[in-house]
Amino acid sequence: MSKKKDFDLVSTVGWTATAVLGVAAAFYLASTFERPPVTAIQWGNRGTAMELVYNPRTVARELPRHAVPAKEEEVDKSGIPSREAYQNVQVLGDLDSAEFLRLMNAITAWVSPQQGCTYCHNPENMAEDSVYTKIVTRKMLQMTRVINESWQAHVGQTGVTCWTCHRGQPVPAYVWAMESPEAGRRTRGLMSSAAGQNTVSTAAGLSSLPTDPFTPFLLEDKQIRVTTTWTPMSVGDNRMSIKQTEWTYALMFHFSAATGANCTFCHNSQNFGKWEGSTPQRVTAWHGIAMTRAINNDWIVPLTPLWQENPKGPPEAGAAASLARLGPMGDAVKVNCMTCHQGAHKPLLGARMLADYPELNAVSLSLIPLRAAMR
Amino acid sequence: MPLEYQNIFTRVQVHGPAPNPGVPLPAGDEARLGKGTFVHLFGRFGEAQLGPIYLGRLGLLSIVCGLIAIVIIGLNMWASVNWDPIQFVRQFFWLALEPPPPHYGLRIPPLQDGGWWLMAGFFLTASILLWWLRTYRRARALGMGTHVAWAFASAIWLYLVLGFIRPVMMGSWGEAVPFGIFPHLDWTAAFSIRYGNLFYNPFHALSIVFLYGSTLLFAMHGATVLAVSRYGGERELDQTIDRGTAYERAALFWRWCMGFNATSESIHRWAWWFAVLTPLTGGIGILLTGTVVDNWYLWAVKHGFAPMYDPVVPGGVVDPLLTAGR
Repeated sequence: MSKKKDFDLVSTVGWTATAVLGVAAAFYLASTFERPPVTAIQWGNRGTAMELVYNPRTVARELPRHAVPAKEEEVDKSGIPSREAYQNVQVLGDLDSAEFLRLMNAITAWVSPQQGCTYCHNPENMAEDSVYTKIVTRKMLQMTRVINESWQAHVGQTGVTCWTCHRGQPVPAYVWAMESPEAGRRTRGLMSSAAGQNTVSTAAGLSSLPTDPFTPFLLEDKQIRVTTTWTPMSVGDNRMSIKQTEWTYALMFHFSAATGANCTFCHNSQNFGKWEGSTPQRVTAWHGIAMTRAINNDWIVPLTPLWQENPKGPPEAGAAASLARLGPMGDAVKVNCMTCHQGAHKPLLGARMLADYPELNAVSLSLIPLRAAMR
Repeated sequence: MPLEYQNIFTRVQVHGPAPNPGVPLPAGDEARLGKGTFVHLFGRFGEAQLGPIYLGRLGLLSIVCGLIAIVIIGLNMWASVNWDPIQFVRQFFWLALEPPPPHYGLRIPPLQDGGWWLMAGFFLTASILLWWLRTYRRARALGMGTHVAWAFASAIWLYLVLGFIRPVMMGSWGEAVPFGIFPHLDWTAAFSIRYGNLFYNPFHALSIVFLYGSTLLFAMHGATVLAVSRYGGERELDQTIDRGTAYERAALFWRWCMGFNATSESIHRWAWWFAVLTPLTGGIGILLTGTVVDNWYLWAVKHGFAPMYDPVVPGGVVDPLLTAGR
């Protein structure tokens, strides 16, 4: 091969490689990065890099998701409590019957706008409990009141309504269930287990961290704290491992996605564990973890038998309205931070929707039977 | 200025009519493989001659052990996507062979619970150590110093601390690093978080100094020699004792720029030490983490070099576990 030919070959290869790399780099930049400018808000002391970073275009695009539905028109009291006006009113008996109807209309708009009243009621006899969703609704009304009364450390005076989670759907859009090993395409037999991680984790920001940080922390009560905060030295009283840290890290990824905020919304990244350098939002989030765990254990899981009998929702609603109530392992779909927050640091960007529906605070917490509607 | 001297890329290839087979080997050594050949493309960024290669018993054993390790890691990764070749490629960066769960301590776990990891680690370590021996023996066979082997040993030290020495001291294989692209990065981030921010580990800081210093020295040295190569500056070590205009110009350049210059011999000692100290100090930092120091931030506060900031809100935030009960 002559020198000239050699040089031509080399330069052709070189230019082709440069062109291919250039196109790949352009594609990578355009598809991976968000274009500037972004808005940065100082959130802590100077020099701590505690700031909230928002892309104003994303914020604008997401605004409709956090909209509050039109207020259900207020009504004049009829003077007759609903327990006297209607039959079989178990948790809303103290409510004025006119307000009771207002709340029924609101719930229909919030939870089953397409399916209507018959999603929970037998149209032949509205008082009857034959459709199981009516029992679920009673429990959910009680849950809403408990959240608003007992979990103000997380929900504040703003509180929650059915809309906070449901957003016009019988099953909230953001729920979770335990993973099936098959669905995760994991190993069998002697091949190494992936220890619940090392695949694309949608729960943890597409990292290779654990894929289900919800079961241990938002259903079970596994320890989230991993860092030693009481002494700098290793004296053997903190046995938390790096693997456990990865589970905590995955949970934190979920918090970040659910609230649309970066780590420094709650933490000073200088030392994640230290409370003294954290923001008050971390305390709110701490109560939120306990609240979510309580919602799943006290209110969602006990309803599992009803959903196991009706895994696609009420048969009366027809196949078109069917929505899965169970995960691949047969457990009920449960709530996490995303269920309410949906990417906002406060659900509905802090709109005080509950104030418009005082009826929700009149729910009776008396014990109601679960099996009455079973067929 | 003539383009010939703007030599960022290698422009000159000099070689004899036939590949150089190398010096005679000591008695008892295996024969070299192949006769060697010239590849023009290689000459563009290095020596144009390819081979012959000396494999020998150590090299062969090292490659066999390395292949066993890679096959164990690869097959376990592949199994974790249910042997789907497309998913194996697509998710490759996410896949890993994970060390045993911590509850096994230092016992030998079942194959599916980290046994494969232990086995892969054994063969990979054997492969690396055999390769180290090879670099030492080949240097000796050529009558060279063993500087390359000791620099390599420094990297092996960091590798052994991460995957063997520290896990043994912590009493758990689960402390070790997974074999996987993203998973080992997640491990690194989790390691820093668990132990209270590794940036406050002074040995981590030293390691970074030497790492960045290495790149700086590499750039300074490479640039200097290229810049004076038109005066024969690439004859660096000749010029230690027989300085010429290339050396004097380069030395003057640095004395003008920063008042001091390394010599054409000492710059290589600078480079060697910076490179060797990077994993050496890093390994010390990893070894102290969890065994001696559990929270590097608090350690830095205790020793007065981590700043304390005012609380974000007046009065500060208190751990709700202390105030609200559980």
